[in-house]
Amino acid sequence: MALIGDKDRKAIQDRLKELVNPVKIVYFTQELECQYCRETRMILEELASLSDKISLLVYNFITDKAVAEQYKIDKIPATIVMGEKDYGIRYYGIPAGYEFASLLEDIIMVSKRDSGLSEKTREKLKTVKESLHFQVFVTPT
Amino acid sequence: MRLAHAFAMENEHITSDMVEASEFSFLANKYQVYGVPKTVVNEKIYIEGAVPEPKFVEEALKALAK
Repeated sequence: MALIGDKDRKAIQDRLKELVNPVKIVYFTQELECQYCRETRMILEELASLSDKISLLVYNFITDKAVAEQYKIDKIPATIVMGEKDYGIRYYGIPAGYEFASLLEDIIMVSKRDSGLSEKTREKLKTVKESLHFQVFVTPT
Repeated sequence: MRLAHAFAMENEHITSDMVEASEFSFLANKYQVYGVPKTVVNEKIYIEGAVPEPKFVEEALKALAK
């Protein structure tokens, strides 16, 4: 059974018409003992099927340990939204509800290669020369 | 609360995780997340709620001064 309903699928497809450049979704999962890993994978597979510009790569957190380390993934389910380069955008946990809307917006942002931020904010962010790590805690509803 | 992801796009030093609080309750407990969204920057600065862009960047950059 599809997790994305017919009506939503059409609305999503409409939004995805905005895509410009290819977007890569890299997903880390594990078959056993991961809450929502299977559902997350299903959502991502359905989403990727809606546009030729979205590609999905699935890795196993345990057996593809080297790849997980390369992307600095320390927990699952983990979803990366990237272009040719990795911008450091991560989702930990199932992207459902509001988070699904965020994921869709992120995909469009990355595809346009434009953060959409104000000039003022961009100027301020340019001053950042050392690591700045954000952890934004959310719930799906 | 996608602002932090937009920030990550602007600067290679910035990384941004969206963390589902109930799936990662050990982290939510560690950072005392009682309401969402709650943003933790470099484990030093805590931003409660959804904050407008100018305020969010201002608060976040305080993590570098600390």
